[in-house]
Amino acid sequence: MEGTEHFIMGDVACAEAAIASGCRFFAGYPITPATEIAERMAKRLPQVGGVYIQMEDELASMAAVLGASWGGLKSMTATSGPGFSLMMENIGLGIVMEVPCVVVNVQRAGPSTGLPTLCAQGDMMQARWGSHGHYEIIALSASSPQELFDVTIKAFNLSEKYRLPVLIMTDEVVGHMTEKVIIPPSNRIEIYPRRITKLPPEEYLPYLPDEDMVAPMVGIGEGYHIHSTGLTHDKKGYPVISAPVQKDMIDRLVYKIRNNVDDIVEYREIETADAEIIIVAYGISVRPAQKALELAREKGIKCGMLRLTTIWPFAEKKIMELASQVKGFVVPEINYGQISLEVERCSAGHAKTILVSHAGGAIFNPNEILEAVEKL
Amino acid sequence: MIVTAKIYHEITISGFGGQGIILNGRMLGKAAAIYDKTNATFVQSYGPEARGGACSAQVIVSDTVISYPYVHQPTILIAMSQEGYESNIDSIKDGGMLLTDSDLVKQRDAEKRYLSYSIPASRIAEKMGNKMMANIVMLGFMASFSNVVTTGSLKKAIFDSVPKGTEEKNLEAFEAGYEYGSKEKQG
Repeated sequence: MEGTEHFIMGDVACAEAAIASGCRFFAGYPITPATEIAERMAKRLPQVGGVYIQMEDELASMAAVLGASWGGLKSMTATSGPGFSLMMENIGLGIVMEVPCVVVNVQRAGPSTGLPTLCAQGDMMQARWGSHGHYEIIALSASSPQELFDVTIKAFNLSEKYRLPVLIMTDEVVGHMTEKVIIPPSNRIEIYPRRITKLPPEEYLPYLPDEDMVAPMVGIGEGYHIHSTGLTHDKKGYPVISAPVQKDMIDRLVYKIRNNVDDIVEYREIETADAEIIIVAYGISVRPAQKALELAREKGIKCGMLRLTTIWPFAEKKIMELASQVKGFVVPEINYGQISLEVERCSAGHAKTILVSHAGGAIFNPNEILEAVEKL
Repeated sequence: MIVTAKIYHEITISGFGGQGIILNGRMLGKAAAIYDKTNATFVQSYGPEARGGACSAQVIVSDTVISYPYVHQPTILIAMSQEGYESNIDSIKDGGMLLTDSDLVKQRDAEKRYLSYSIPASRIAEKMGNKMMANIVMLGFMASFSNVVTTGSLKKAIFDSVPKGTEEKNLEAFEAGYEYGSKEKQG
């Protein structure tokens, strides 16, 4: 697949990117519209010496992914709304045990079973804090099969760099859309390798962080004894049930992300230089938003767009900066207001925020976004 | 930077699951995106059944980025079932083109606002030894009337999309459709 152009579905592009990233383990439970990722991984992993397991449900899938990653394999699972809800508990376990892995949510309309075959962007806040306790997460989005390929590579790299489950929040339309995808030659794909300790077994502590607050891991079977638990733990990984150790641990889980937002947050600005109105869009909504931008410019409206690739951590600084420049933000999202609330928070009263909402089951018509731009 | 598309086609292919409707959409899109180097998106819709349920493929071909991957008004409608014809015919764009398999679709009187051509694709494919190739006959038929993709690119896309060992047979089916269309155009 490398070094060539393909006409493939977003889900397939995601699976191919996982393979290109070095992912060699996938555990999952089929669910529309993410099944094609599992199918592709089932076909491809054995070809590259990897392992695919269809588990009994999503709880087990997520647990297996964490185990495989501790075992040394880059690991991934893919699901949609109902499965994402079931994975939440073990995503929290992955956060607290600091296990690099990638979880793809090809969003469909909910709540509950909802519209299995139709799109939505309703799980964006669930991605933020869907598991219990306070933590930071990394979540990415994509508006095309090509972007889904690119962010999947990025997701694996960030998961290894910061030692946590990274979420890819795509949607049914991007997942099921077929479009041209360029898969670069492998020597052009940047891979962040697992951080393995240089210390000998007798000196190694599994949760003793480097300067950037992330602790290196070990090669399993190389003589290291480690302990990892969902309980609050000290540097040795041993449970300690106390407020000070809780503070140490949560500080690290939170600040290893917060202190590195500039490295993690990625966005693209389109015609923002002179813009008075900025559309903030992510995922599939980027595409109709781009059309709305063009239509607005044709009408002489100074409209720009901020395309979010990284959803969490949120592009706070950029929104704050733009808020002092523009009249307002227009946020189209296929939910009744999630990321728009973040935009509103960050604009801190300096600019208006208008939500263009959609209950799900279809994507925006560019005119719906244009109307909101014209209203501002 | 506002780029207005010079080339913009919306193609709907509709029929039943199992007819190769989805494959047609993928091959058409691939011909455009990979071999003709334009932009193309392809989305599909189908019911819960693997075979027999209504299904459709929607392909957009454009020289600019495609902002909306769904068909509003098809510039080309390929109908391979009565239901696919009935549910899409009213949305066909003025000046657009309707292509039907006359063995499967009974048309109302064609309106003047679009061009209409039909071909007994199922029978032609059956005579060639495999009724399953009717979808390819339809693609050849389309290629004789429309330059939405170049014929060479479409053949390449067919060649690398159909099951191994059936490439030549499928290309013959394509030619049969193309020839039928060329004759209809002259006559």
